[in-house]
Amino acid sequence: MEMDLLQRFEAYVAEEKKIEPKDWMPDAYRKTLIRQISQHAHSEIVGMLPEGNWISRAPSLKRKAILMAKVQDEAGHGLYLYSACETLGVQRDDTIEDLHSGKAKYSSIFNYPTLNWADIGAIGWLVDGAAIMNQVPLCKCSYGPYARAMVRVCKEESFHQRQGFQIMMTMAAGTAEQKAMAQDALNRWWWPSIMMFGPPDDNSPNSAQSMAWNIKRFSNDELRQKFIDLTVPQADLLGLTIPDPELKWNEETGHYEHGPIDWDEFNRVIAGHGPCNKERLDARRKAWDDGAWVREAAAAHAEKRASRNTESNTAAA
Amino acid sequence: MDKKHWPLWEIFIRSRQGLSHRHVGSLHAADAEMAVENARDVYTRRQEGASIWVVPASAITASSPDEKEVLFDPADDKVYRHPTFYDLPDEVKNM
Repeated sequence: MEMDLLQRFEAYVAEEKKIEPKDWMPDAYRKTLIRQISQHAHSEIVGMLPEGNWISRAPSLKRKAILMAKVQDEAGHGLYLYSACETLGVQRDDTIEDLHSGKAKYSSIFNYPTLNWADIGAIGWLVDGAAIMNQVPLCKCSYGPYARAMVRVCKEESFHQRQGFQIMMTMAAGTAEQKAMAQDALNRWWWPSIMMFGPPDDNSPNSAQSMAWNIKRFSNDELRQKFIDLTVPQADLLGLTIPDPELKWNEETGHYEHGPIDWDEFNRVIAGHGPCNKERLDARRKAWDDGAWVREAAAAHAEKRASRNTESNTAAA
Repeated sequence: MDKKHWPLWEIFIRSRQGLSHRHVGSLHAADAEMAVENARDVYTRRQEGASIWVVPASAITASSPDEKEVLFDPADDKVYRHPTFYDLPDEVKNM
């Protein structure tokens, strides 16, 4: 019986059909989606922190309002994803507890610090750019709620990247000091951004199964290469230099060659030893604890409102 | 209510007059009014909403995917419900 169900499921997926919450699915499919969607959600929420850091110090009121809108979007994206994750049968509070306990991971990129306003530009341009590259294929993933959440996210994400690129353009065309700041931000964010696509294909054990189930549509290296090819001309346009002396256009392959990625750094950061891992988790736990009164007050308010309504109903009767 | 757990609500948004509400996702809120306010913040940041419906997830009954074939079977052999079943002369092709 289980064999038939599995065959039917795999045929269904092979036909590019969507799996929905109450459909039968292999345990491993459910588990890998819970892990991937929840970590994606955590990444959005933790991702609010490095940029939230500069809201109070934005150079102008307009830029402050724009940055706030971007950070609000990240919160919203996290919520779409927690909501999609819940359809797989997990409680939201448990998912959040996994983040706070360190059991769940989130994207390595958010463990780096934002040192100045130029970082906000670099993040929008490179980090959101890399995220878009990852997220567009996910719009076609086999699990319905995740795919639909991704369509929403992608629509909202493009202003994020434009906002970042526009900051970089302004600074790169500004004073010598501003241009140097922009270059410095690019120097610090380039390598962590290309690490966002995950380990190289020959070191990515989960990928094969994810691809067979149409969760993952392109390999890590494919997406990474696509991102590099797209971004190098953008850096040229800015008049900035990508910090990779081995970066070179290859006429034969039609792609940019690049230097070696420091996977030791990636593994250290993923394992919890990046510059800001502790700070990020402390901030999340504090926000949760400090926000307890809001959750309780809302519940108390709801109870009060409900009993007031019952009272006025009985009074009217 | 349990102070820790807000119930789950399914959210439906109508984007413009004349269209119907569409399911956009879910969220947790302490009661219906707060669910509407939260839905406004989560699902309509780009002017997507003219109207919001919130429904407790527990109030929704769904047909079973396992019984899909059996449930929808009656329509399978009634192809005459479709206009293309009817072969008409060219003179009334616009019918």
